[in-house]
Amino acid sequence: MSVTPATTHAITVTVNGTTYEQAVQARQLLVHFLRDTLGLRGTHIGCDSGNCGACTVIVDGKAVKSCMQLAVQADGREIETVEGLSDPLGPPDPLQAAFTRHHALQCGYCTPGMLMSAKALLEERPEPTVDEVRRGLKGNICRCTGYVNIVRAVHEVGGGPEA
Amino acid sequence: MSPAQLETWERPATLERSVGQSVPRKEDGRLVKGQGAFTDDLWMHRMGHVHFVRSPHAHARIVDVDVSAALRVPGVYATLTGEEVRRLTDRYLQIAPEPGGRAKDYCLAVDKVRYAGEPVAAVLAETRELARDAAALVEVEYEPLPAVVDTLEACEPDAPVIHTEIGSNVGWHGVYDFGDVDWALEHADHVVRIPHLHFHRFSSTPLECNAAIVNWDPGTGQIIIESNQQMPQFAAMFMAPALGVRTDQLVFRAQDIGGAFGIKLTSYTYLTALALLSRKANRPAKWTEYRSEHLIGSAHGNERTFTDIEVPVTADGEILGFKANAYDDVGAFMRYEPLGGVIFSQVLPGCYRFKHMRVDYRTVVTNKTPVGPNRGYSRLQHLWMIERIVDLVAHELGFDPVELRKRNYIRREDFPYETPNGCVYDSGDYHAMLDRALELIDVDAWRERQKAAEGTGRRIGIGIGSTLDSGTSNFGQARIINKNLPYSGNGEAAICKLDLHGEVSVALGTVPQGQGHETTTAQVVADVLGITPDEVLVRPGHDSARNSYTAFSGTYASQFAVTGIGAALGAARAVRDDILEVASCVLEAPKEELLLYGGTVSVEGDEDRALTFAEIANLVYANQGSLPPEIADAVTLNRRFVYRAPFRVPDWRSKSGSLTLTYASQIHACVVEIEEETGRTRILDYAAVDECGTVINPQIVEGQVHGAAAHGVAAVLQETLEYDADGQLLNGTFWDYHVISPPDTPMFKTDNIPCPSPFTPTGSKGMGEGGGGPLHAVCSAIQDALRGTGAVVTDSHNPMERVWRLLHEPPSERGVEVRSR
Repeated sequence: MSVTPATTHAITVTVNGTTYEQAVQARQLLVHFLRDTLGLRGTHIGCDSGNCGACTVIVDGKAVKSCMQLAVQADGREIETVEGLSDPLGPPDPLQAAFTRHHALQCGYCTPGMLMSAKALLEERPEPTVDEVRRGLKGNICRCTGYVNIVRAVHEVGGGPEA
Repeated sequence: MSPAQLETWERPATLERSVGQSVPRKEDGRLVKGQGAFTDDLWMHRMGHVHFVRSPHAHARIVDVDVSAALRVPGVYATLTGEEVRRLTDRYLQIAPEPGGRAKDYCLAVDKVRYAGEPVAAVLAETRELARDAAALVEVEYEPLPAVVDTLEACEPDAPVIHTEIGSNVGWHGVYDFGDVDWALEHADHVVRIPHLHFHRFSSTPLECNAAIVNWDPGTGQIIIESNQQMPQFAAMFMAPALGVRTDQLVFRAQDIGGAFGIKLTSYTYLTALALLSRKANRPAKWTEYRSEHLIGSAHGNERTFTDIEVPVTADGEILGFKANAYDDVGAFMRYEPLGGVIFSQVLPGCYRFKHMRVDYRTVVTNKTPVGPNRGYSRLQHLWMIERIVDLVAHELGFDPVELRKRNYIRREDFPYETPNGCVYDSGDYHAMLDRALELIDVDAWRERQKAAEGTGRRIGIGIGSTLDSGTSNFGQARIINKNLPYSGNGEAAICKLDLHGEVSVALGTVPQGQGHETTTAQVVADVLGITPDEVLVRPGHDSARNSYTAFSGTYASQFAVTGIGAALGAARAVRDDILEVASCVLEAPKEELLLYGGTVSVEGDEDRALTFAEIANLVYANQGSLPPEIADAVTLNRRFVYRAPFRVPDWRSKSGSLTLTYASQIHACVVEIEEETGRTRILDYAAVDECGTVINPQIVEGQVHGAAAHGVAAVLQETLEYDADGQLLNGTFWDYHVISPPDTPMFKTDNIPCPSPFTPTGSKGMGEGGGGPLHAVCSAIQDALRGTGAVVTDSHNPMERVWRLLHEPPSERGVEVRSR
């Protein structure tokens, strides 16, 4: 008897504290699941090839490029996106506030991914040096800021003196 | 303008002026929370998704396009082919005069393809994946033609002709000739000859690709375009005649745009195809470009080759000018071109007092992706050549590069300075900026370390880049390339109003992509109305139904601080006049005695006699019977203002006139280290000093300097778009197009030396493009590091391999020669 591979799969995934049980297309990327299925459009797409980091989310505590994973791979996992950093109607979290204070964003397209990478970096290394911040954000591209103010913002949240 | 005057450019002054302060950006609130509204975030009921079928060939005749298999796929709504496009649309208007203007450009390839990646057909389907799958079923039969990729080869008489209607691959040709360069070359003590310089092809690649939803509404006839187009009225100028529709049928809207840098200016071809598909399928058509499509099929920056450069120099180091041939490679279609053929001349002598100049300029088409006006457009290529000239003159003739620049810079006391071609540089202080840049890197310490490094296998080089960011273009310069174009001047519109409960809002015609227009506009308007920027709602992005636009509206060419701010300022002043009119009548006090502060108008010295903005709005909108009729009729609290830049029509015969209103400048200093064994170049220190007149928001200005500097460093060391001999792009993804990342980017040191412009409403100058300073400075530093080897930096792109070759395999021709009398 031939077996036809299933084109849809049921997954259970927790995103920003809410658990979803959802049938997803086998070929659906995680980023499209977040954006199109759940409507969490703060996570962006910049390159389709895992280079730019605009789609970075935190999966089980690790920064992950959500264009490089299928939605089915998220089954059973806990995901945090930019929408989970602070209450949508409330004040920004300290990292978001530092980005504003340091003018660490211009067009804002890379910002959600940059924030998630920075958050994962700071969880792994709470007090990074300036060079550790620069290396730690290597997977995220920003075409507007020249990175200087992003590095300053993340470094400051990590308790560092002004860079 | 002195500081004292600046304090009074707005009366009545608020206690704390907002202009000049680093007010946190209003945009950030939504952007840091992922609540921005970028085009791909938008959805419309019943919309379909578009995928384009693209040519694998750089040059080929299209024999047949068969969409039948795609149309049989369930869920496919419509297809579009070049043949249909030929029937349904007219070719786009061309900016070039004859013969270049004969070129035929449509939204899809008609009859033949001219670059690899050119869209040939399109599919509209229920989902993005389905559209892509169905597009793979479109069968296109091609008959390949020989491709021409090299700029100079394309100019040869026997080169394959890309647009047969033009008859050659030269789309435009013009000679700029000022002073008497032949006399100067004959009489100079030294003539430095540089046979060949090459400015490479790259793109600022905005992180958000092109995207749009187009809905051709059959009921109203309106074509609603939600997109990230960065100059909607320019797009309308091309789209309306091509589609045969009224310009007011095209309703452009945009909110947040994820960077553009000029690359999103020529997206009108794709918008046209989406409009046709929407009409055909009677549903909205959405398209979000993939990055690989963006790299191969949107736009690149201009590549330019300079030949036969000759530079007359006196014994004491006065550079008299230069002559050069310029071949500007614009790829397969001249969409924004040949405007580059005049725009470079805004900065013809660069930062220098050159008197004798001749540039023989050609716009050349090749079988490569068409270009768009990428950040620093056309000026940075030219300014890079000038900085190479100055740098090589210093190295070849033994002048100190700092002193040679200072000897030839336009001096502070020379401003306003009229160039030989009639451009007027408004203000600047290049000498002070250079000193400050060198101070920031501590140049003396680096010179010592440079000496100490000799013989260690690591070479240190110190470089200078002097650059200009000319802004607020006089569109009359288009006449210099085509005397029949009925354009001149520049302007922008804004609407300021007091809303029903006294709330202040401003609508702009600009489409910001990160430049912070909401914030800087709010700062200026807040100062006029005596409130805080938080209280001003600025409606970002273009909405053509709002009527807050002119033909020149958009965000491009370093102009917002002049045109956009000028418009907002004018509109806010008109609303203030309305407010004072009502208050004067109701409070029975002359306007001169009224104070505007904190959203209240009061009588000076008798502050209890006061009206709030809400009370004034109530009187005008909901309680008109309480006002005398002559006041009620005259006051609207809703004012549109058009800022008009003070320009005349340039003279197309002599190719001269005032081409831009402002000249922001930047002087960069950088230190590089080259590893001799590998050619690896690292930046050890970097400083950029900018001057952009009155600074509205220092943090935003610094951010623009950082961003432009990163683009320049990236271009010199790692970003290049290269083609093989068949016209295939070799780096069409972010795996091989090496976008600069955080550890590659130096922590730039910056400073600002303001010289307010005497020509603009607030003394500010546009400054976002930056002028490509690092291209000049890093090349100059590499040249300095190579001293003693005889090697000459002749390319703007210097990756590890090229630097290694300069050190270890120098070409037989040195690349520069000196003739002394």
